[in-house]
Amino acid sequence: MKLSGIKREQRKFRWLLLSPGLLIIIIFTSVPALTTLSYAFFEWKGFVRGSWAGFTNFERLFTFPFRDQFFMAFRHNVLVFIGIMILQTSLGLLIAYALFNLQRGQRFFRTVTFLPVIFSLVIVGYMWQIILDPYYGPINLIVGELGQPTWARAWLGDTATALPTLVFINLWRWVGFPAIIFLAGLNAISTDYIEAARIDGASEGKIFRKILFPLLAPSMTIITILTFIGAFEWFDLPYILGGSNGSPAGATDTLALMFYRLSFGSVDSGANEVGVGSALGVIIFTVVGVGAAVGSKLLRRREVEM
Amino acid sequence: MKLFMSKTFFRGVLIVNAIVILLPVLFLVNSSLRETNDFARTPLKLATDPAWSNFASVWQDGNFAIYLKNSILVTGGSLILILVCALGAGFVLGRYEFRGHSLIMAFVLSGMLVPAKLAILPLFIQLKWMHLLNSHLGLILVYAAGALPAAIFIMSGFFRSLPADLDNAARIDGASEFQLLRRVLMPLVRPGLAIVAIYSAIPIWNDFFLPLVFLQDPEKKTIMQGLTMFFGQYSSQWGVLFAGLTMAALPLIVLYLILSEQFIKGLTAGAVKG
Repeated sequence: MKLSGIKREQRKFRWLLLSPGLLIIIIFTSVPALTTLSYAFFEWKGFVRGSWAGFTNFERLFTFPFRDQFFMAFRHNVLVFIGIMILQTSLGLLIAYALFNLQRGQRFFRTVTFLPVIFSLVIVGYMWQIILDPYYGPINLIVGELGQPTWARAWLGDTATALPTLVFINLWRWVGFPAIIFLAGLNAISTDYIEAARIDGASEGKIFRKILFPLLAPSMTIITILTFIGAFEWFDLPYILGGSNGSPAGATDTLALMFYRLSFGSVDSGANEVGVGSALGVIIFTVVGVGAAVGSKLLRRREVEM
Repeated sequence: MKLFMSKTFFRGVLIVNAIVILLPVLFLVNSSLRETNDFARTPLKLATDPAWSNFASVWQDGNFAIYLKNSILVTGGSLILILVCALGAGFVLGRYEFRGHSLIMAFVLSGMLVPAKLAILPLFIQLKWMHLLNSHLGLILVYAAGALPAAIFIMSGFFRSLPADLDNAARIDGASEFQLLRRVLMPLVRPGLAIVAIYSAIPIWNDFFLPLVFLQDPEKKTIMQGLTMFFGQYSSQWGVLFAGLTMAALPLIVLYLILSEQFIKGLTAGAVKG
Protein backbone atom coordinates (compact mmCIF):
# COMPACT_ATOMS: atom_id res chain seq x y z
CA MET A 1 0.00 0.00 0.00
CA LYS A 2 2.72 2.41 1.09
CA LEU A 3 4.87 1.58 -1.93
CA SER A 4 2.12 2.31 -4.45
CA GLY A 5 1.56 5.64 -2.68
CA ILE A 6 5.18 6.53 -3.30
CA LYS A 7 4.90 5.34 -6.89
CA ARG A 8 1.88 7.55 -7.47
CA GLU A 9 3.62 10.53 -5.92
CA GLN A 10 6.69 9.83 -8.03
CA ARG A 11 4.67 9.74 -11.24
CA LYS A 12 3.11 13.13 -10.53
CA PHE A 13 6.44 14.57 -9.47
CA ARG A 14 8.24 13.07 -12.46
CA TRP A 15 6.34 15.03 -15.09
CA LEU A 16 6.25 18.17 -12.97
CA LEU A 17 10.06 18.16 -12.87
CA LEU A 18 10.75 16.89 -16.37
CA SER A 19 8.33 18.95 -18.43
CA PRO A 20 9.75 22.51 -18.05
CA GLY A 21 13.20 21.52 -19.30
CA LEU A 22 11.92 19.23 -22.04
CA LEU A 23 9.38 21.79 -23.26
CA ILE A 24 12.03 24.51 -23.55
CA ILE A 25 14.29 22.17 -25.54
CA ILE A 26 11.43 21.08 -27.82
CA ILE A 27 10.10 24.60 -28.51
CA PHE A 28 13.42 26.42 -28.88
CA THR A 29 15.72 23.72 -30.29
CA SER A 30 13.94 20.71 -31.77
CA VAL A 31 11.15 22.56 -33.59
CA PRO A 32 13.43 25.19 -35.21
CA ALA A 33 16.01 22.53 -36.12
CA LEU A 34 13.37 20.47 -37.90
CA THR A 35 11.76 23.48 -39.62
CA THR A 36 15.15 24.63 -40.89
CA LEU A 37 15.16 21.47 -43.01
CA SER A 38 11.77 22.29 -44.50
CA TYR A 39 12.75 25.90 -45.27
CA ALA A 40 15.27 24.70 -47.84
CA PHE A 41 12.45 23.29 -49.97
CA PHE A 42 10.33 26.45 -50.27
CA GLU A 43 10.51 29.70 -52.20
CA TRP A 44 11.03 32.76 -50.05
CA LYS A 45 10.33 36.49 -50.37
CA GLY A 46 12.21 38.09 -47.52
CA PHE A 47 10.95 36.25 -44.44
CA VAL A 48 7.65 35.24 -46.05
CA ARG A 49 7.34 31.66 -47.25
CA GLY A 50 6.14 31.05 -50.81
CA SER A 51 5.32 27.86 -52.67
CA TRP A 52 7.05 24.48 -52.70
CA ALA A 53 10.35 24.69 -54.56
CA GLY A 54 11.70 21.15 -54.57
CA PHE A 55 15.46 21.18 -54.95
CA THR A 56 15.59 24.59 -56.68
CA ASN A 57 17.34 26.23 -53.72
CA PHE A 58 20.05 23.59 -53.78
CA GLU A 59 20.46 24.04 -57.53
CA ARG A 60 20.76 27.81 -57.11
CA LEU A 61 23.38 27.34 -54.42
CA PHE A 62 25.48 25.50 -56.99
CA THR A 63 25.06 28.02 -59.81
CA PHE A 64 26.43 31.53 -60.29
CA PRO A 65 26.92 33.63 -58.12
CA PHE A 66 26.62 31.38 -55.06
CA ARG A 67 28.66 28.51 -56.46
CA ASP A 68 32.01 30.32 -56.43
CA GLN A 69 31.37 31.75 -52.96
CA PHE A 70 30.43 28.31 -51.70
CA PHE A 71 33.57 26.59 -52.93
CA MET A 72 35.86 29.37 -51.76
CA ALA A 73 34.25 29.36 -48.30
CA PHE A 74 34.35 25.57 -48.15
CA ARG A 75 38.04 25.61 -49.06
CA HIS A 76 38.69 28.08 -46.22
CA ASN A 77 36.86 25.84 -43.75
CA VAL A 78 38.97 22.86 -44.81
CA LEU A 79 42.21 24.90 -44.53
CA VAL A 80 41.17 26.19 -41.11
CA PHE A 81 40.43 22.64 -39.92
CA ILE A 82 43.84 21.43 -41.12
CA GLY A 83 45.62 24.47 -39.68
CA ILE A 84 43.94 24.17 -36.28
CA MET A 85 44.46 20.40 -36.16
CA ILE A 86 48.19 20.70 -36.85
CA LEU A 87 49.01 23.78 -34.76
CA GLN A 88 46.53 23.68 -31.92
CA THR A 89 46.57 19.94 -31.31
CA SER A 90 50.34 19.49 -31.38
CA LEU A 91 50.96 22.60 -29.28
CA GLY A 92 48.20 21.60 -26.87
CA LEU A 93 49.75 18.15 -26.54
CA LEU A 94 53.21 19.63 -25.96
CA ILE A 95 51.88 21.98 -23.25
CA ALA A 96 49.91 19.14 -21.64
CA TYR A 97 52.98 16.90 -21.55
CA ALA A 98 55.07 19.74 -20.14
CA LEU A 99 52.46 20.34 -17.41
CA PHE A 100 52.30 16.58 -16.74
CA ASN A 101 56.07 16.53 -16.14
CA LEU A 102 56.04 19.50 -13.81
CA GLN A 103 56.22 18.81 -10.08
CA ARG A 104 55.90 22.35 -8.83
CA GLY A 105 54.02 25.33 -10.24
CA GLN A 106 51.61 23.22 -12.27
CA ARG A 107 48.64 25.14 -10.95
CA PHE A 108 50.02 28.52 -12.04
CA PHE A 109 50.90 27.43 -15.57
CA ARG A 110 47.60 25.58 -15.96
CA THR A 111 45.64 28.67 -14.92
CA VAL A 112 47.58 30.86 -17.37
CA THR A 113 47.26 28.38 -20.25
CA PHE A 114 43.49 28.19 -19.89
CA LEU A 115 42.98 31.95 -19.32
CA PRO A 116 42.19 32.96 -22.96
CA VAL A 117 39.47 30.29 -23.17
CA ILE A 118 37.29 32.35 -20.80
CA PHE A 119 37.62 35.49 -22.97
CA SER A 120 34.78 36.52 -25.23
CA LEU A 121 35.77 36.29 -28.88
CA VAL A 122 34.66 39.90 -29.24
CA ILE A 123 37.36 40.96 -26.79
CA VAL A 124 39.93 38.58 -28.29
CA GLY A 125 39.16 39.82 -31.80
CA TYR A 126 39.38 43.54 -31.03
CA MET A 127 42.41 43.12 -28.84
CA TRP A 128 44.30 41.41 -31.66
CA GLN A 129 43.01 43.87 -34.21
CA ILE A 130 44.78 46.62 -32.29
CA ILE A 131 47.89 44.53 -31.64
CA LEU A 132 48.11 43.82 -35.38
CA ASP A 133 47.31 47.40 -36.42
CA PRO A 134 49.59 48.32 -39.36
CA TYR A 135 50.77 51.61 -37.78
CA TYR A 136 50.26 51.51 -34.02
CA GLY A 137 50.25 47.77 -33.40
CA PRO A 138 53.11 46.37 -31.33
CA ILE A 139 53.70 43.49 -33.77
CA ASN A 140 54.74 45.74 -36.65
CA LEU A 141 56.66 48.02 -34.27
CA ILE A 142 58.65 45.07 -32.94
CA VAL A 143 59.25 43.81 -36.48
CA GLY A 144 60.55 47.31 -37.32
CA GLU A 145 62.77 47.38 -34.22
CA LEU A 146 64.28 44.07 -35.29
CA GLY A 147 65.48 45.81 -38.43
CA GLN A 148 63.10 43.96 -40.72
CA PRO A 149 60.59 46.68 -41.68
CA THR A 150 59.73 44.78 -44.89
CA TRP A 151 58.14 42.06 -42.73
CA ALA A 152 55.62 44.57 -41.41
CA ARG A 153 52.25 44.36 -43.11
CA ALA A 154 48.54 44.84 -42.66
CA TRP A 155 48.16 41.33 -41.29
CA LEU A 156 44.36 41.35 -41.34
CA GLY A 157 44.02 43.54 -44.42
CA ASP A 158 46.23 41.52 -46.75
CA THR A 159 44.47 38.68 -48.59
CA ALA A 160 47.59 36.53 -48.29
CA THR A 161 47.89 36.77 -44.51
CA ALA A 162 44.32 37.37 -43.28
CA LEU A 163 43.22 33.74 -42.94
CA PRO A 164 46.50 32.44 -41.41
CA THR A 165 46.37 35.38 -38.96
CA LEU A 166 42.84 34.40 -37.93
CA VAL A 167 44.01 30.82 -37.39
CA PHE A 168 46.83 32.16 -35.21
CA ILE A 169 44.41 34.27 -33.11
CA ASN A 170 42.19 31.20 -32.80
CA LEU A 171 45.25 29.29 -31.60
CA TRP A 172 45.97 31.91 -28.93
CA ARG A 173 42.40 31.79 -27.71
CA TRP A 174 41.87 28.00 -27.78
CA VAL A 175 45.19 26.20 -27.17
CA GLY A 176 44.44 25.83 -23.46
CA PHE A 177 41.43 23.68 -24.23
CA PRO A 178 43.19 20.70 -25.88
CA ALA A 179 46.01 21.16 -23.36
CA ILE A 180 43.62 20.59 -20.44
CA ILE A 181 41.89 17.65 -22.17
CA PHE A 182 45.23 15.98 -22.93
CA LEU A 183 46.45 16.67 -19.39
CA ALA A 184 43.34 14.97 -18.00
CA GLY A 185 44.01 12.06 -20.37
CA LEU A 186 47.65 11.80 -19.23
CA ASN A 187 46.62 11.92 -15.57
CA ALA A 188 44.18 9.07 -16.17
CA ILE A 189 46.97 6.76 -17.37
CA SER A 190 48.17 4.46 -14.59
CA THR A 191 51.71 5.31 -13.44
CA ASP A 192 52.40 1.55 -13.30
CA TYR A 193 52.91 1.48 -17.08
CA ILE A 194 55.39 4.34 -16.94
CA GLU A 195 57.27 2.89 -13.96
CA ALA A 196 57.48 -0.54 -15.58
CA ALA A 197 58.83 0.93 -18.82
CA ARG A 198 61.41 2.97 -16.91
CA ILE A 199 62.60 -0.13 -15.05
CA ASP A 200 62.97 -1.85 -18.42
CA GLY A 201 65.24 1.01 -19.44
CA ALA A 202 62.98 2.79 -21.94
CA SER A 203 63.89 6.41 -22.66
CA GLU A 204 61.42 9.20 -21.86
CA GLY A 205 60.91 9.78 -25.58
CA LYS A 206 60.11 6.13 -26.15
CA ILE A 207 57.70 6.07 -23.19
CA PHE A 208 55.84 8.99 -24.73
CA ARG A 209 55.68 7.53 -28.23
CA LYS A 210 54.99 3.90 -27.35
CA ILE A 211 52.87 4.18 -24.19
CA LEU A 212 51.46 7.61 -23.46
CA PHE A 213 50.56 8.72 -26.99
CA PRO A 214 48.63 5.54 -27.90
CA LEU A 215 46.79 5.65 -24.57
CA LEU A 216 45.82 9.27 -25.28
CA ALA A 217 43.74 8.14 -28.26
CA PRO A 218 40.37 8.81 -26.54
CA SER A 219 41.39 12.44 -25.85
CA MET A 220 42.63 12.72 -29.43
CA THR A 221 39.24 11.51 -30.70
CA ILE A 222 37.39 14.15 -28.68
CA ILE A 223 39.72 16.97 -29.73
CA THR A 224 39.58 15.98 -33.41
CA ILE A 225 35.79 15.81 -33.44
CA LEU A 226 35.38 19.10 -31.56
CA THR A 227 37.92 20.77 -33.87
CA PHE A 228 36.09 19.46 -36.92
CA ILE A 229 32.73 20.77 -35.69
CA GLY A 230 34.29 24.09 -34.67
CA ALA A 231 36.12 24.54 -37.99
CA PHE A 232 33.06 23.90 -40.15
CA GLU A 233 30.85 26.16 -38.03
CA TRP A 234 33.56 28.84 -37.74
CA PHE A 235 31.77 32.18 -37.46
CA ASP A 236 32.54 34.45 -34.51
CA LEU A 237 36.18 35.31 -35.10
CA PRO A 238 35.97 35.87 -38.88
CA TYR A 239 32.78 37.89 -38.38
CA ILE A 240 34.33 40.15 -35.74
CA LEU A 241 37.55 40.73 -37.69
CA GLY A 242 36.38 40.55 -41.30
CA GLY A 243 32.68 41.35 -41.16
CA SER A 244 29.97 39.28 -42.81
CA ASN A 245 31.64 39.54 -46.24
CA GLY A 246 34.85 37.91 -45.06
CA SER A 247 37.09 40.93 -45.72
CA PRO A 248 39.53 41.47 -47.28
CA ALA A 249 37.97 40.45 -50.59
CA GLY A 250 36.42 37.28 -49.22
CA ALA A 251 39.80 36.00 -47.98
CA THR A 252 38.29 35.04 -44.61
CA ASP A 253 34.88 33.91 -45.87
CA THR A 254 33.49 30.73 -44.32
CA LEU A 255 30.37 28.63 -44.84
CA ALA A 256 28.80 29.99 -41.66
CA LEU A 257 29.41 33.60 -42.77
CA MET A 258 27.85 32.84 -46.14
CA PHE A 259 24.90 31.23 -44.36
CA TYR A 260 24.51 34.38 -42.26
CA ARG A 261 24.67 36.68 -45.34
CA LEU A 262 22.07 34.61 -47.20
CA SER A 263 19.81 34.51 -44.15
CA PHE A 264 19.87 38.13 -43.05
CA GLY A 265 21.32 40.04 -46.02
CA SER A 266 24.86 41.35 -46.34
CA VAL A 267 26.25 44.82 -45.76
CA ASP A 268 26.17 45.84 -49.42
CA SER A 269 22.85 44.23 -50.32
CA GLY A 270 20.05 44.20 -47.80
CA ALA A 271 18.14 41.50 -49.67
CA ASN A 272 18.29 38.01 -48.20
CA GLU A 273 17.88 34.56 -49.73
CA VAL A 274 16.25 32.48 -47.01
CA GLY A 275 15.71 29.46 -49.26
CA VAL A 276 19.30 29.27 -50.53
CA GLY A 277 20.55 30.04 -47.02
CA SER A 278 18.55 27.16 -45.56
CA ALA A 279 19.84 24.84 -48.29
CA LEU A 280 23.36 25.85 -47.27
CA GLY A 281 22.38 25.27 -43.62
CA VAL A 282 21.25 21.75 -44.45
CA ILE A 283 24.56 21.12 -46.23
CA ILE A 284 26.64 22.44 -43.33
CA PHE A 285 24.62 20.37 -40.88
CA THR A 286 25.08 17.26 -43.04
CA VAL A 287 28.84 17.81 -43.44
CA VAL A 288 29.28 18.36 -39.69
CA GLY A 289 26.97 15.52 -38.66
CA VAL A 290 28.27 12.91 -41.10
CA GLY A 291 31.88 14.02 -40.64
CA ALA A 292 31.66 13.86 -36.85
CA ALA A 293 29.88 10.47 -36.88
CA VAL A 294 32.23 8.81 -39.38
CA GLY A 295 35.26 10.45 -37.82
CA SER A 296 34.47 9.30 -34.30
CA LYS A 297 33.76 5.77 -35.54
CA LEU A 298 37.13 5.60 -37.35
CA LEU A 299 39.06 7.24 -34.52
CA ARG A 300 37.49 5.04 -31.83
CA ARG A 301 38.74 1.98 -33.67
CA ARG A 302 42.32 2.93 -32.93
CA GLU A 303 41.68 3.50 -29.22
CA VAL A 304 43.15 0.78 -27.01
CA GLU A 305 41.67 -0.52 -23.78
CA MET A 306 43.66 0.40 -20.70
CA MET B 1 66.16 13.76 -28.07
CA LYS B 2 67.56 13.96 -24.58
CA LEU B 3 67.25 17.73 -24.53
CA PHE B 4 63.66 17.60 -25.81
CA MET B 5 62.60 15.38 -22.95
CA SER B 6 64.40 17.25 -20.18
CA LYS B 7 62.70 19.15 -17.36
CA THR B 8 64.41 22.36 -18.49
CA PHE B 9 62.89 22.07 -21.94
CA PHE B 10 59.39 21.58 -20.55
CA ARG B 11 59.78 24.46 -18.14
CA GLY B 12 60.97 26.58 -21.08
CA VAL B 13 57.90 25.60 -23.14
CA LEU B 14 55.58 26.62 -20.32
CA ILE B 15 57.35 29.91 -19.68
CA VAL B 16 57.29 30.88 -23.38
CA ASN B 17 53.63 29.86 -23.55
CA ALA B 18 52.78 31.94 -20.47
CA ILE B 19 54.54 34.98 -21.96
CA VAL B 20 52.73 34.66 -25.31
CA ILE B 21 49.40 34.39 -23.49
CA LEU B 22 49.96 37.12 -20.90
CA LEU B 23 51.73 39.79 -23.00
CA PRO B 24 48.67 40.74 -25.12
CA VAL B 25 46.52 40.90 -21.99
CA LEU B 26 49.08 43.07 -20.18
CA PHE B 27 49.40 45.27 -23.26
CA LEU B 28 45.62 45.72 -23.23
CA VAL B 29 45.46 46.65 -19.55
CA ASN B 30 48.55 48.86 -19.77
CA SER B 31 47.25 50.75 -22.80
CA SER B 32 43.88 51.29 -21.12
CA LEU B 33 45.70 53.52 -18.63
CA ARG B 34 47.36 55.78 -21.23
CA GLU B 35 46.27 58.95 -22.99
CA THR B 36 45.38 58.44 -26.64
CA ASN B 37 48.04 60.84 -27.96
CA ASP B 38 50.66 59.42 -25.67
CA PHE B 39 49.80 55.89 -26.86
CA ALA B 40 49.94 56.92 -30.53
CA ARG B 41 53.48 58.25 -30.07
CA THR B 42 54.90 55.30 -28.13
CA PRO B 43 52.51 52.33 -28.10
CA LEU B 44 54.84 50.10 -26.12
CA LYS B 45 55.63 52.31 -23.12
CA LEU B 46 54.50 51.47 -19.59
CA ALA B 47 51.68 53.54 -18.10
CA THR B 48 53.75 55.20 -15.40
CA ASP B 49 51.19 57.96 -14.97
CA PRO B 50 47.87 56.08 -15.13
CA ALA B 51 45.13 57.95 -17.03
CA TRP B 52 42.06 56.77 -15.14
CA SER B 53 40.01 59.24 -17.17
CA ASN B 54 39.70 56.60 -19.95
CA PHE B 55 37.60 54.47 -17.64
CA ALA B 56 35.53 57.46 -16.60
CA SER B 57 34.79 58.27 -20.27
CA VAL B 58 33.75 54.67 -20.95
CA TRP B 59 31.42 54.69 -18.00
CA GLN B 60 29.87 58.05 -18.91
CA ASP B 61 29.41 58.02 -22.68
CA GLY B 62 29.50 54.43 -23.80
CA ASN B 63 26.06 53.23 -22.69
CA PHE B 64 28.27 50.79 -20.87
CA ALA B 65 26.24 50.64 -17.68
CA ILE B 66 23.10 49.74 -19.64
CA TYR B 67 24.89 47.02 -21.62
CA LEU B 68 26.36 45.62 -18.43
CA LYS B 69 22.98 45.60 -16.68
CA ASN B 70 21.39 43.83 -19.68
CA SER B 71 24.13 41.20 -19.73
CA ILE B 72 23.72 40.53 -16.02
CA LEU B 73 19.95 40.25 -16.48
CA VAL B 74 20.15 37.89 -19.47
CA THR B 75 22.96 35.72 -18.07
CA GLY B 76 21.40 35.59 -14.59
CA GLY B 77 17.92 34.84 -15.90
CA SER B 78 19.16 32.08 -18.20
CA LEU B 79 21.28 30.63 -15.41
CA ILE B 80 18.39 30.40 -12.92
CA LEU B 81 16.14 28.80 -15.55
CA ILE B 82 18.85 26.31 -16.57
CA LEU B 83 19.73 25.35 -12.99
CA VAL B 84 16.11 24.87 -11.88
CA CYS B 85 15.15 22.81 -14.96
CA ALA B 86 18.36 20.75 -14.95
CA LEU B 87 18.06 20.05 -11.23
CA GLY B 88 14.52 18.70 -11.61
CA ALA B 89 15.06 16.77 -14.84
CA GLY B 90 18.47 15.51 -13.67
CA PHE B 91 16.88 14.22 -10.45
CA VAL B 92 14.12 12.36 -12.29
CA LEU B 93 16.45 10.88 -14.91
CA GLY B 94 19.18 10.04 -12.41
CA ARG B 95 17.02 8.57 -9.61
CA TYR B 96 13.79 7.16 -11.07
CA GLU B 97 13.26 4.07 -13.18
CA PHE B 98 10.23 4.30 -15.45
CA ARG B 99 8.99 3.46 -18.92
CA GLY B 100 10.28 5.89 -21.52
CA HIS B 101 13.33 6.74 -19.42
CA SER B 102 15.86 5.78 -22.09
CA LEU B 103 13.76 7.45 -24.78
CA ILE B 104 13.83 10.77 -22.92
CA MET B 105 17.55 10.35 -22.26
CA ALA B 106 18.16 9.78 -25.98
CA PHE B 107 16.12 12.89 -26.79
CA VAL B 108 18.14 14.98 -24.36
CA LEU B 109 21.40 13.68 -25.87
CA SER B 110 20.21 14.43 -29.40
CA GLY B 111 19.61 18.01 -28.29
CA MET B 112 23.35 18.32 -27.66
CA LEU B 113 24.04 17.62 -31.34
CA VAL B 114 21.95 20.43 -32.82
CA PRO B 115 24.11 23.41 -33.80
CA ALA B 116 22.01 26.36 -32.59
CA LYS B 117 23.41 28.70 -35.25
CA LEU B 118 21.91 26.70 -38.09
CA ALA B 119 18.42 26.86 -36.56
CA ILE B 120 18.71 30.64 -36.32
CA LEU B 121 16.30 31.46 -39.16
CA PRO B 122 13.28 29.46 -38.00
CA LEU B 123 14.07 30.59 -34.48
CA PHE B 124 14.02 34.21 -35.66
CA ILE B 125 10.65 33.79 -37.37
CA GLN B 126 9.26 31.76 -34.47
CA LEU B 127 10.31 34.37 -31.90
CA LYS B 128 8.76 37.09 -34.03
CA TRP B 129 5.52 35.14 -34.10
CA MET B 130 5.65 34.58 -30.33
CA HIS B 131 6.35 38.32 -29.78
CA LEU B 132 9.65 37.36 -28.16
CA LEU B 133 11.89 39.07 -30.71
CA ASN B 134 13.83 42.03 -29.38
CA SER B 135 13.10 40.84 -25.83
CA HIS B 136 15.39 39.60 -23.08
CA LEU B 137 12.94 36.84 -22.21
CA GLY B 138 13.17 35.42 -25.74
CA LEU B 139 16.96 35.46 -25.55
CA ILE B 140 16.88 33.77 -22.13
CA LEU B 141 14.63 30.97 -23.41
CA VAL B 142 16.87 30.34 -26.44
CA TYR B 143 20.01 30.27 -24.29
CA ALA B 144 18.31 27.90 -21.84
CA ALA B 145 17.28 25.58 -24.67
CA GLY B 146 20.86 25.52 -25.93
CA ALA B 147 22.45 24.75 -22.58
CA LEU B 148 19.81 22.44 -21.07
CA PRO B 149 20.62 19.17 -22.89
CA ALA B 150 24.20 19.12 -21.57
CA ALA B 151 23.10 20.53 -18.20
CA ILE B 152 20.47 17.79 -17.72
CA PHE B 153 22.96 15.16 -18.82
CA ILE B 154 25.59 16.38 -16.34
CA MET B 155 23.08 16.63 -13.47
CA SER B 156 21.58 13.20 -14.07
CA GLY B 157 25.11 11.78 -13.87
CA PHE B 158 25.66 13.45 -10.51
CA PHE B 159 22.31 12.21 -9.16
CA ARG B 160 22.98 8.66 -10.37
CA SER B 161 26.33 8.54 -8.56
CA LEU B 162 24.68 9.00 -5.13
CA PRO B 163 23.91 5.82 -3.11
CA ALA B 164 20.32 4.52 -3.44
CA ASP B 165 20.03 4.01 0.33
CA LEU B 166 19.74 7.76 0.80
CA ASP B 167 16.34 7.84 -0.90
CA ASN B 168 14.97 4.86 1.00
CA ALA B 169 16.19 6.15 4.35
CA ALA B 170 14.58 9.52 3.70
CA ARG B 171 11.32 7.92 2.53
CA ILE B 172 11.13 5.69 5.61
CA ASP B 173 11.58 8.83 7.72
CA GLY B 174 8.45 10.11 5.97
CA ALA B 175 10.04 12.60 3.60
CA SER B 176 8.06 13.53 0.51
CA GLU B 177 9.77 13.31 -2.89
CA PHE B 178 10.17 17.07 -2.89
CA GLN B 179 11.76 17.05 0.56
CA LEU B 180 14.04 14.23 -0.55
CA LEU B 181 15.27 16.33 -3.47
CA ARG B 182 15.41 19.63 -1.61
CA ARG B 183 16.86 18.59 1.75
CA VAL B 184 18.76 15.35 1.17
CA LEU B 185 20.04 15.23 -2.42
CA MET B 186 20.40 18.86 -3.46
CA PRO B 187 23.21 19.62 -1.01
CA LEU B 188 25.07 16.57 -2.35
CA VAL B 189 24.92 17.58 -6.03
CA ARG B 190 26.21 21.10 -5.43
CA PRO B 191 29.50 20.43 -7.28
CA GLY B 192 27.41 19.40 -10.29
CA LEU B 193 25.39 22.60 -10.09
CA ALA B 194 28.63 24.61 -10.00
CA ILE B 195 29.90 22.86 -13.15
CA VAL B 196 26.57 23.40 -14.94
CA ALA B 197 26.54 27.06 -13.86
CA ILE B 198 29.97 27.77 -15.31
CA TYR B 199 29.41 25.59 -18.39
CA SER B 200 26.28 27.59 -19.26
CA ALA B 201 26.94 31.08 -17.91
CA ILE B 202 30.35 31.81 -19.50
CA PRO B 203 29.34 31.22 -23.12
CA ILE B 204 26.11 33.18 -22.55
CA TRP B 205 27.97 36.13 -21.03
CA ASN B 206 30.51 36.05 -23.88
CA ASP B 207 28.04 35.54 -26.72
CA PHE B 208 27.39 38.25 -29.27
CA PHE B 209 25.75 36.25 -32.07
CA LEU B 210 22.24 35.73 -30.68
CA PRO B 211 21.92 39.33 -29.42
CA LEU B 212 23.18 40.48 -32.83
CA VAL B 213 20.31 38.65 -34.53
CA PHE B 214 17.55 38.95 -31.92
CA LEU B 215 17.99 42.37 -30.27
CA GLN B 216 17.62 45.66 -32.14
CA ASP B 217 16.81 48.30 -29.50
CA PRO B 218 20.04 50.02 -28.39
CA GLU B 219 18.84 50.04 -24.78
CA LYS B 220 18.39 46.25 -24.81
CA LYS B 221 21.84 45.30 -26.12
CA THR B 222 24.25 43.16 -24.13
CA ILE B 223 27.83 44.00 -23.27
CA MET B 224 29.58 41.97 -26.00
CA GLN B 225 27.16 43.21 -28.64
CA GLY B 226 27.48 46.74 -27.25
CA LEU B 227 31.23 46.48 -27.53
CA THR B 228 30.96 46.16 -31.32
CA MET B 229 29.02 49.45 -31.46
CA PHE B 230 31.36 51.06 -28.99
CA PHE B 231 34.29 50.07 -31.19
CA GLY B 232 32.89 51.89 -34.20
CA GLN B 233 32.03 54.93 -32.12
CA TYR B 234 35.46 55.41 -30.54
CA SER B 235 37.62 54.08 -33.37
CA SER B 236 40.11 56.95 -33.05
CA GLN B 237 40.28 57.14 -29.26
CA TRP B 238 42.67 54.36 -28.40
CA GLY B 239 42.73 54.95 -24.67
CA VAL B 240 38.94 54.74 -24.38
CA LEU B 241 38.83 51.65 -26.63
CA PHE B 242 41.36 49.84 -24.46
CA ALA B 243 39.54 50.87 -21.31
CA GLY B 244 36.25 49.56 -22.72
CA LEU B 245 37.79 46.21 -23.64
CA THR B 246 39.47 45.94 -20.24
CA MET B 247 36.25 46.73 -18.41
CA ALA B 248 34.34 44.13 -20.42
CA ALA B 249 37.01 41.49 -19.78
CA LEU B 250 37.74 42.23 -16.14
CA PRO B 251 34.72 40.68 -14.34
CA LEU B 252 35.44 37.23 -15.81
CA ILE B 253 39.21 37.49 -15.29
CA VAL B 254 38.70 38.25 -11.59
CA LEU B 255 36.17 35.43 -11.18
CA TYR B 256 38.49 33.07 -13.03
CA LEU B 257 41.45 33.88 -10.79
CA ILE B 258 39.32 33.08 -7.72
CA LEU B 259 37.61 29.97 -9.12
CA SER B 260 40.07 28.71 -11.76
CA GLU B 261 39.59 25.02 -10.86
CA GLN B 262 35.82 25.25 -11.22
CA PHE B 263 36.14 27.23 -14.45
CA ILE B 264 38.45 24.67 -16.03
CA LYS B 265 36.19 21.79 -14.91
CA GLY B 266 33.06 23.58 -16.03
CA LEU B 267 34.26 24.67 -19.45
CA THR B 268 35.70 21.27 -20.33
CA ALA B 269 32.66 19.43 -18.91
CA GLY B 270 31.37 18.57 -22.37
CA ALA B 271 34.63 16.92 -23.39
CA VAL B 272 35.89 14.97 -20.37
CA LYS B 273 34.10 11.87 -19.18
CA GLY B 274 33.04 11.60 -15.54
